[in-house]
Amino acid sequence: MSKQVVSTKVNGDPVDFICDPRESLLDVLRDRLGLTGSKEGCGTGDCGACSITLDGRLVCSCLVLGVEAEGKEIGTIEGVADGADLHILQEKIIDHAGLQCGVCTPGIIVAAKNLLEKNDNPTETEIRYWLAGNLCRCTGYDKIIRAVQDAAAELRKAA
Amino acid sequence: MAFDQQKDQQFKYIGTRPKRQDGIDKVTGQAKYGADTYQAGMLHGSIVRSPHAHARILKIDTSEAEALDGVKAIVTRADFATGLTGENWNILENIMADKRALYDGHALAAIAATSPLIARDAAKLVKVEYEPLPHVTDIVDAISGGAPIIRESSIEANVPEGYHKNICRRFECGKGDVEVGFGEADLIVERDFFTEATHQGYIEPHACLAHMTPDGKGELWCTTQGHYNVQRICAALLGIETSQLKVTASEIGGGFGAKTTVFIDPVACALSRKANRPVKMVMNRSEVLRATGPASSSWSTVKVGMKKDGTITAAQGTYRLQGGAFPSAPSESPAQVTFAPYDIEHAEMVGLSVLTNRPKQAAYRAPGAPMGVFASEQVLDEMAHELGIDPIDLRLKNAAKEGTKGVHGPTYKRIGLIETLEAAKAHPHYSIPLKENQGRGVACGFWFNFGGSTSVSMALSEDGSVALSIGTPDIGGSRASMALMAAEVLGIPYEDIRVTIADTASLGYNDNTHGSRVTYAVGLATIEACKSATQELCKRAAGEWGIDPEAVEWEDGYARPSGPNAGSFEPLSLKQLAAKMTQTGGPINGHFEASPQTAGPGFATHLVDVEVDPETGKSTVIRYTVVMDAGKAIHPDYVEGQMQGGAVQGIGWALNEEYVYGEDGRLQNTVFLDYRVPVASDLPMIDCVIIEVPNPGHPFGVRGVGETSIVPPLAAVANAVSAASGVRQTRLPMSPPRVLKSMKEGKVVG
Amino acid sequence: MVEVQLWASLQSYAEGQKVVTVEARNIREMLAALVARHPGLKVFIDEGVSVAINGEIYADSLVEPIPEGAEVVLMQRLRGG
Repeated sequence: MSKQVVSTKVNGDPVDFICDPRESLLDVLRDRLGLTGSKEGCGTGDCGACSITLDGRLVCSCLVLGVEAEGKEIGTIEGVADGADLHILQEKIIDHAGLQCGVCTPGIIVAAKNLLEKNDNPTETEIRYWLAGNLCRCTGYDKIIRAVQDAAAELRKAA
Repeated sequence: MAFDQQKDQQFKYIGTRPKRQDGIDKVTGQAKYGADTYQAGMLHGSIVRSPHAHARILKIDTSEAEALDGVKAIVTRADFATGLTGENWNILENIMADKRALYDGHALAAIAATSPLIARDAAKLVKVEYEPLPHVTDIVDAISGGAPIIRESSIEANVPEGYHKNICRRFECGKGDVEVGFGEADLIVERDFFTEATHQGYIEPHACLAHMTPDGKGELWCTTQGHYNVQRICAALLGIETSQLKVTASEIGGGFGAKTTVFIDPVACALSRKANRPVKMVMNRSEVLRATGPASSSWSTVKVGMKKDGTITAAQGTYRLQGGAFPSAPSESPAQVTFAPYDIEHAEMVGLSVLTNRPKQAAYRAPGAPMGVFASEQVLDEMAHELGIDPIDLRLKNAAKEGTKGVHGPTYKRIGLIETLEAAKAHPHYSIPLKENQGRGVACGFWFNFGGSTSVSMALSEDGSVALSIGTPDIGGSRASMALMAAEVLGIPYEDIRVTIADTASLGYNDNTHGSRVTYAVGLATIEACKSATQELCKRAAGEWGIDPEAVEWEDGYARPSGPNAGSFEPLSLKQLAAKMTQTGGPINGHFEASPQTAGPGFATHLVDVEVDPETGKSTVIRYTVVMDAGKAIHPDYVEGQMQGGAVQGIGWALNEEYVYGEDGRLQNTVFLDYRVPVASDLPMIDCVIIEVPNPGHPFGVRGVGETSIVPPLAAVANAVSAASGVRQTRLPMSPPRVLKSMKEGKVVG
Repeated sequence: MVEVQLWASLQSYAEGQKVVTVEARNIREMLAALVARHPGLKVFIDEGVSVAINGEIYADSLVEPIPEGAEVVLMQRLRGG
């Protein structure tokens, strides 16, 4: 199948790529752009390990075609930290041991960051429902939820 | 060391909760997992799988696939080494079928092509002629009359005459005479219990990148719980010498037992050898569910006799575990484990392995134990209610302790079951009043824990920092635990120690990250490796001072003169000694190799409150407390993580998860949408109480915690749902329709 | 002398005995002596066994010494996840 040229912004930088129209945006990010922080856990939009933002909206990049990203702003885990400064969520996930194997962690952070940008004082239930699309098989979620709560508290303090 | 002395040991680093050292890589997306590496000229692999549950393979025609542009190699069974026996044969038969496809998803051929899309397209062009054969996927059907015999040849000598031919192993253990014991009982309860197969459900699918060269050497990068095991198996299946294949473990995105074996790694190696190029293979989720090991499904029959005061007089159990089309189900495990927490005079436990047309079961956290305990701990719960005895008191009355001879044979040394029961009873959770439609469940669990072969090395740098090399993939924060133990022995800050997972060419043999062994065995080896370095450091200090090395001791990061005749010298720090090491005798390294065997048994008690919606039958966990003996928690955060993770996997097993096979013998739920693991909104916080009854077999008292945590929850949740619904729940999963139906009919039916 | 306790399903391969007494100083000698006495046990021992000595389970060690009067239990090879 003939390839297409796609122009996007990834984590703020202009990025052009060529892809097969059948390739998912996740495949493009990983295999063509070398951004392997987004993971494929299912390929069907059920696990959230490939969570990214597309023009600010949280999506599973495995459910978006590469060609659909034309003209859009893509935000991935690689763009969450500000240079050497970790985002508060990244700090708190480490502090609370909110990861064991760590493979779901990029998706969890991208999703939780998206939540806190909309609501810096979510209830435990709100956090749990927001992250219901991000599977974690190791932690039982407890320490992840606590980390997000703690990060939200810090953000409120800073605001 | 005496027990009290061990219990009172004071630590500087052990028991603290520092940040894990691989944390930044893992929160920024930089950590490299199995699918995250690329190599120039790399090909992509895909696998052709059987759509039939059972079929004779008449012909595999690869000509059309080969003709597709971009296809570089195709392998089938003939491309693997022959003459393999035992485990290696079994693994080969599972990862590449020979004359028969034995389950839906069984691999038949593999393709390497220049892109993943071409590889996938080519797989569709492989023409396979099948002769479908009768199949069976249900454990009860499999051992009933008329079931097709899966493999005549695998029936072992230990299955006596008269058993169904799909029962391929029989194990029995016990003590005393159960007839005598039942004769002494005031109450006898006997019930059957059923559990469905569940998948380990790690989020990272299997992935690897193999590069074989024409000189018979190779390199393999893969996600695994044990790269030395991958090396051994792949080398055998390729017919090369083990050391010619260098295997590097990637970061691992969960395993829970199922990444202790291999599936695609030898296939990628064989494709690479044939194509003479690197080959990357990555499974998709559907392949993971169809063709990598789930845990066994089970059918258990448990009978217990009890006196009015709650004393167990006899216990009898038959545990049938379905392990797919291979004689591998761990049926001896429930036979040994289920009643191990109790002091019982008369017990008779039988384990039976059952063959079906399903994928080969793989280890899943305390393999075989949770499903057996689902049965045994429910019978005890029912009897406690019948006799009006508090379920924790009932367990305390019968609890095993130091000196009790377990039903599986050995007599326990110091164990912590009673402490977990007492802590559970005293926990505020246990006295919170329940509301309407709510029920509380209690269950205990035991797991052996394991030591295993271990090599560790540490290298001192001239600036006094330390590189520690271990050979067990870090699946849940073990780098942090190792650095803490090294810091404790060396007396230097945690931050000064960098822990690396070494490849097979850089460090001697290590068993897998499994059996709850890493913090115990690799920890023990780390401690000993560091001690061997401190001995050398003491020697260097002695040289400096011109005294006997025996007159120098290592304490809190310093060599100090000790004993009456040592003289008086200013202590020398590790940094000072390291700075001079090349002039005082050369580099200072420590190493340790052994197969430590004294892993202390693990015990846990779980408490759970469940609310059952009487209109829908949906069960919601509203409160959960895990109490577990960790011996000594090195990094308590990651101990709690194991406790919480095990409990939640158990909740999923109890309430949602199951393999659903159609009449056609094909797996119906091959995506996470249909195979539903617990999500954040299903759950409450999981409270943890760490009990520390030190393991006499570890210098700091460590007991494994990874597996015991999944042993009680199936039963604990079932006891709670039974209490809330008023119906004894004998079948998993306790899905809403099943529970609702049971409430209407007053019993569980199908 | 070592009294080795067999798991129940092995008894039919050891003339119905639950306990077999052999002369052995370590696990290797103990397993060899069991097979010499009861050849039917060989297939099970070859498949892999663990041995508990005084309550400590040795998963696959052959060299562990067996003290006089120790409790020795033959077990199926331990497996873990």
